[in-house]
Amino acid sequence: MLLLPCPFCGARAETEFVFGGDGSVAPPPEGENASDAAWTEALYFRDNPRGAHRELWFHRHGCRRWIAVERDTVSHAILRAELLVPSARKDGQA
Amino acid sequence: MRYSVFSLIRNAFSGHTDWPAAWREPEPRAYYDTIIVGGGGHGLATAYYLAKEHGVTDLAVVEKGYLGSGNVGRNTTIIRSNYLMPANTGFYEWSLKLWEGLEQDFNFNAMVSQRGVLNLFHSDAQRDASARRGNAMRLNGVDAELLDREQVRRMVPLLDMENARFPVKGGLLQPRGGTVRHDAVAWGYARGADQRGVDLLQNCEVTGIRVQDGRVVGVETTRGFIGARRVGLACAGHSSHVAAMAGLRLPIETHVLQAFVSEGVKPVLDQVVTYGAGHFYISQSDKGGLVFGGDLDGYNSYAQRGNMPVVEEVMEMGLQLFPAFSRLRYVRQWGGVMDMSMDGSPIIDRTPIAGLYLNCGWCYGGFKATPASGWCFAWTIAKDEPHRLNAGFRLDRFATGHVIDEKGAGTTPNLH
Repeated sequence: MLLLPCPFCGARAETEFVFGGDGSVAPPPEGENASDAAWTEALYFRDNPRGAHRELWFHRHGCRRWIAVERDTVSHAILRAELLVPSARKDGQA
Repeated sequence: MRYSVFSLIRNAFSGHTDWPAAWREPEPRAYYDTIIVGGGGHGLATAYYLAKEHGVTDLAVVEKGYLGSGNVGRNTTIIRSNYLMPANTGFYEWSLKLWEGLEQDFNFNAMVSQRGVLNLFHSDAQRDASARRGNAMRLNGVDAELLDREQVRRMVPLLDMENARFPVKGGLLQPRGGTVRHDAVAWGYARGADQRGVDLLQNCEVTGIRVQDGRVVGVETTRGFIGARRVGLACAGHSSHVAAMAGLRLPIETHVLQAFVSEGVKPVLDQVVTYGAGHFYISQSDKGGLVFGGDLDGYNSYAQRGNMPVVEEVMEMGLQLFPAFSRLRYVRQWGGVMDMSMDGSPIIDRTPIAGLYLNCGWCYGGFKATPASGWCFAWTIAKDEPHRLNAGFRLDRFATGHVIDEKGAGTTPNLH
């Protein structure tokens, strides 16, 4: 059982969370103007590290916040966990 | 030596102490024409078919541990070809046909048992989906039978047909599906390849892939550099970081899948049965143990062991189908690491690097594919082009949009 250190709720069992996948993946910054190749890379290709892996978890049965966790994919040791804060948009909306 | 009833009788007289080793343990040579990375089911099958079908015998298989130490011995041994997508149907049916003649072909008892694979359904919508799948299979020349409730009840008497939430309404049966003794598959292919002159190099981990001017020239290993004109990667579970040695990035995540065995009991279950309202599959081994499994653990992992939540979930689903099994103790559990591809289908293809070939992305359906995977990968390496059976399993399908998503789950490797 993974114990994920939620910054709000403390250490909680993995069954309270939903796995949100690889957290290093981001859409290309050019958005809809990005090339097909850039979108293919972002959508389909992964580093898939054997070791430290940045990933997203959603605390569904807790604070309902997304957290970013760095976890070792071999030992399952949790190296870091932080709240996922959306970057501020230019128009001032969150 | 050829295994037969006569060799068995002859060796019985000497107390079975004179059997020769099934394969040699050669020292690595400085150069091979072709190297296969990965001494599991797919790698050994590739070596076997390269030697047998294409006459490539200047060939080595390099394996970081012992032969068959990975996923070929870490699965629930099921074989079937009940697929829907055209790119999959032909390939998996060819695999099943190779299974049917495999033991005679490589002269090894792999205990291929075509006991039938029964996929249960629990609602009208699921019945329609099963009928559609069965029709698609039959149109493609694969056997399929739609069973109603009474037929299922007669066939699998221990099933709880009256589950209040998910009553069994029937099932889609593939009579030619079944189980195989998985370790024997690795051993049979290894022995067959060795007899044709293939060097099987164990405890020989690849630490680098040497590329010059866009062409592969060999592999660095823990037993020194080995030169080669062609290198085939068949190391599912670890494909990403092995391919990264050649500078390739793959559409794959590595996840762990668990399997379980109960204590041995008298014959209680004659088929492979899968649950339609959960993800659960079960059969009974010839030794009597019930062999079963369920979902992935759900997050990226290279650990060859699993976690408790999925253990509980699998047991719960099993008992929904077979309440009688609540009295059994389960005795063994193991985890294997899976190449989960982005569309749930495998990749057998060339790569942008000349002489480097890729066999990966088997998700957790790689065992049943072993013969056809080796057969098609051998063809792809020998002819430097895909066979029509693996023509759909291209590496560039993600860029061109020709993904083969059997489940329609999208780019969610942990859900395929």
